[in-house]
Amino acid sequence: MRRTVVAGRAMGEVLRSSMPINFLGAVDAARGTITDPAHDLHGRALRGTILAFPHGIGSSVGAYTVYALKANGVAPAAMVCARADASVVSGCAIAGIPLMLDGGLCEGVRDGQACTVDTAARTVVPA
Amino acid sequence: MDLTRDEEDALHGRRGEAMETAYRVLVATGEAMGAAALGGVSWAHLSGVNYNTIGDAGARFLADMAAAGARVRTRTTLNPMGYDSRADHGLPDEFVRGQEGIASSYGQMGVDLSFSCIPYEIFRESDLLPRAGGRVAFAESNAAIYANSVGGLRTNKESAFGALAAALSGKSPVAPPEDPGSVPTVRLRVDSASDLDYGLLGYFAGAAGSRTVNIEGAAEAMGHRSCKSLCAGMGTSGTCSRFSLGARAAGERIDFGREERDAALDSLSTAGSGDMIALGSPQLGAGELASLAAMVGGARFQKRCVVFCARASLEAAEASGDAAGLRRAGCELLADCCACLTPLVSADDVDSVTTSSVKAAYYLSRSNGVGVDLRPISEIVRGEAR
Repeated sequence: MRRTVVAGRAMGEVLRSSMPINFLGAVDAARGTITDPAHDLHGRALRGTILAFPHGIGSSVGAYTVYALKANGVAPAAMVCARADASVVSGCAIAGIPLMLDGGLCEGVRDGQACTVDTAARTVVPA
Repeated sequence: MDLTRDEEDALHGRRGEAMETAYRVLVATGEAMGAAALGGVSWAHLSGVNYNTIGDAGARFLADMAAAGARVRTRTTLNPMGYDSRADHGLPDEFVRGQEGIASSYGQMGVDLSFSCIPYEIFRESDLLPRAGGRVAFAESNAAIYANSVGGLRTNKESAFGALAAALSGKSPVAPPEDPGSVPTVRLRVDSASDLDYGLLGYFAGAAGSRTVNIEGAAEAMGHRSCKSLCAGMGTSGTCSRFSLGARAAGERIDFGREERDAALDSLSTAGSGDMIALGSPQLGAGELASLAAMVGGARFQKRCVVFCARASLEAAEASGDAAGLRRAGCELLADCCACLTPLVSADDVDSVTTSSVKAAYYLSRSNGVGVDLRPISEIVRGEAR
């Protein structure tokens, strides 16, 4: 079942991870990249993507990192999480990044595929 | 989520821009957690204070909020910043300016500039804690877990923005009841567990549950230092906001034995020794400063040893003589800041840091980019003070 947390519509390539993301400890907010060498998205750029990952973890300040990604122009176009955590939810709410909950993490579309997220229709479909 | 007419007005900007921002966060967070309504809180504790973590984007956000008329409606304290405001660290002007701007924005909003990550500890002694069972909104994860698990208070594991929204509105989303079947039990199977073992247990358990984790086999032996260590470790690895103690029938059961302990330690302890020692994360309270002074005795640390503590705890240690004792032992006592994410520990100066904190280890390694030598406090004192 999909649920809308922050409403919006956005296009981007799907960037999917099977690992939770610690935004404070593992993301470079200036460059918009994952810096944790142990993460499966290590070195990958988040800018303009539809970032699909299980959920955020770690420090409550991660919310500021989500906001800073947007302020620095390197934020994902939208996020899709399997479950909600406060930092990602509030960070997206302040930054205006569409956020949808989806246990299947965009099942049916390929990694890297250009897609449109539409929270009103609760869909992620090829663009 | 049901909103009152006043709350609807605030959400739609009829109570000003700052309040609209606060309600946008409250509503998104409430919807995501399945809350039915907002409820009052009597204390908010904010994170998002250190210039090292929120940077210029965060500093500008706070300055804009303060300028838009954001004012707290409930008692509000806040986390450590980047340095000790009464010491000269020789930090770049740019950092100090950024940090001072953040402090000034929070001051304008009416926040009590406590700069501590152990609010439960420094306010317990001053009799300022809300009544037992009271609702609060703590963003600092170790403090939220402590408040829910042993502090007799109730808080969501708030994000930095969630706690700020609670401070400005006096409200937070009321979490729906938790399904008892979703609470896993982690069985502590490590004999005579040290304070570090409890931190590693927390780190392991935090990743095993989503909201509450039950811990079996810890109850009686856990002292205050181990409890803080458990809370900080748990807050680092996952989304949990609470632990319970004791045997429990429902839910998944997972063992935390030697093997799991060693695996957690190996993932966090990346160096065989440290160029300096950093103790904190969470900050040490007055009791811990006294016990550290007693442990060190007349010995002296052979390398730089920085001890991060709360201002109130440092003042108590100055009065008791423990601060003088620790300084004689070569310790640098710093208030207002803490071991994780401080600019005072830099890869430009040191390759590796010795610490007893799982949380410090995690962030020193990932954010400060230094190697970490993680050991129990007793072992650090024995090995490094002569």
